[in-house]
Amino acid sequence: MNTVAEAGKPEAVQKRPAIHPLYVRVTHWINALAMVIMIMSGWQIYNAAPLFPFTFPSSVTLGGWLAGALLWHLAAMWLLIANGFIYVVVGLVTGRFRRKLLPIRPREFVRDLAAALTGRLSHADLGVYNAVQKALYLAVLLAGAVIVASGLALWKPVQLQELAALFGGYEGARLAHFFAMAVIVVFLVIHVVMALLVPRSLRAMIRGR
Amino acid sequence: MASSRRPLPGVDAGRLVKDAAKLLPNPSRRLFLRNGASVGALALLTGCNITDGVSAERALRKVSEFNDWVQARLFNPNRLAPTYPESPITRPFRFNAFYPEDAAPDIDEDRYRLIVDGLVANKQPWSLEQLYALPQETQITRLICVEGWSAIGKWTGVPLREFLKRVGADLTAKYVHFTCSEGYSSSIDMPTALHPQTQMTLKFDGQILPTKFGFPLRIRIPTKLGFKNPKHVIGLAVLNHYTGGYWEDQGYNWFSGL
Repeated sequence: MNTVAEAGKPEAVQKRPAIHPLYVRVTHWINALAMVIMIMSGWQIYNAAPLFPFTFPSSVTLGGWLAGALLWHLAAMWLLIANGFIYVVVGLVTGRFRRKLLPIRPREFVRDLAAALTGRLSHADLGVYNAVQKALYLAVLLAGAVIVASGLALWKPVQLQELAALFGGYEGARLAHFFAMAVIVVFLVIHVVMALLVPRSLRAMIRGR
Repeated sequence: MASSRRPLPGVDAGRLVKDAAKLLPNPSRRLFLRNGASVGALALLTGCNITDGVSAERALRKVSEFNDWVQARLFNPNRLAPTYPESPITRPFRFNAFYPEDAAPDIDEDRYRLIVDGLVANKQPWSLEQLYALPQETQITRLICVEGWSAIGKWTGVPLREFLKRVGADLTAKYVHFTCSEGYSSSIDMPTALHPQTQMTLKFDGQILPTKFGFPLRIRIPTKLGFKNPKHVIGLAVLNHYTGGYWEDQGYNWFSGL
């Protein structure tokens, strides 16, 4: 981990820093578990009163029926929120978010997106995110904020009615919750595909380097 | 096991799962047998059907009890549910119950009595005529179903807290339990029972409560999910012990506050 004490030493004597500090790896995998539970149980809850003319097949849902899914959803929410809180606070306090995700320059984004789509994006240094990665990680953090806020509004539309009003009320919060889920699921698909295409990145998220 | 996923009326799902679990040789074999088509290890965690972990369900119910505790603390007794003008009222209003609409019970209004029991000074049963004579209030609020959908309706009736005072209820008791003519039941915490919008509803949308919406008496609680708004109420008891309810006993969160 790149600590303050190490920052003063010459480059050569420094122990090679981990690409992902321990707190990032631990919260990443706890978050992965919590998110999968939240999404699968959320799909089962959705099936009880579908917003759109489709339902999720039971092979990808969790809980068996509505009550079971709600038990899962409202239990895993504590894990998701507590873990996410630690991740966000440490990320902000250490400046890691700013360092890793900002700035995103439009020109770099276009260049990196073109490179990504033609399969020529370099992943030589896993510690540095390209502009497409930065944009995706920022987008999923934003979707995470929306899904937690809309989820709280759905859980407590009376006690937290000002929060629900931000989404245009209860029904608006339902839509926001659904679309934030959709953004997160699209991110997850891209994220997992990229991790499989660059297996070193998966190893780095487990061992740190 | 699709048929086991929707509970049968009067069947204790938890007990059913436990009984079924005993019939199967051992947990690992059970999981191998049943979960061939599901998504990896997570499928082993699947909650409320006979295929999987009874211990997982027990742990989830513990968290649900923790959630009851959290919600009781989040509940602000003076916080009113949003109210609406006439224009957004949902018409026609949605029917929802554990039975089909034509199975809603027919109640003879002359023979109807509301039984008042438990920690109350006056246990005299109430006729409909007596209930109709009490001062009433109207609210236009949103009913939110545990399934996720919501609808705005207009309900008129006697504030439950006024009724509880009138019958000399022990307002420091923990629970108010409701029993219904069709076998349904539910129970709520006393702070919610005393909330100004918690209502013994006698009218819906300006008319005498229709059969499908709970004639002759429904408990309308805009600070709780729809299933905690029992219809066809024939009994009310003020208690200090937990009694659960029809859906609560099958796994729905008991407090279910909004």
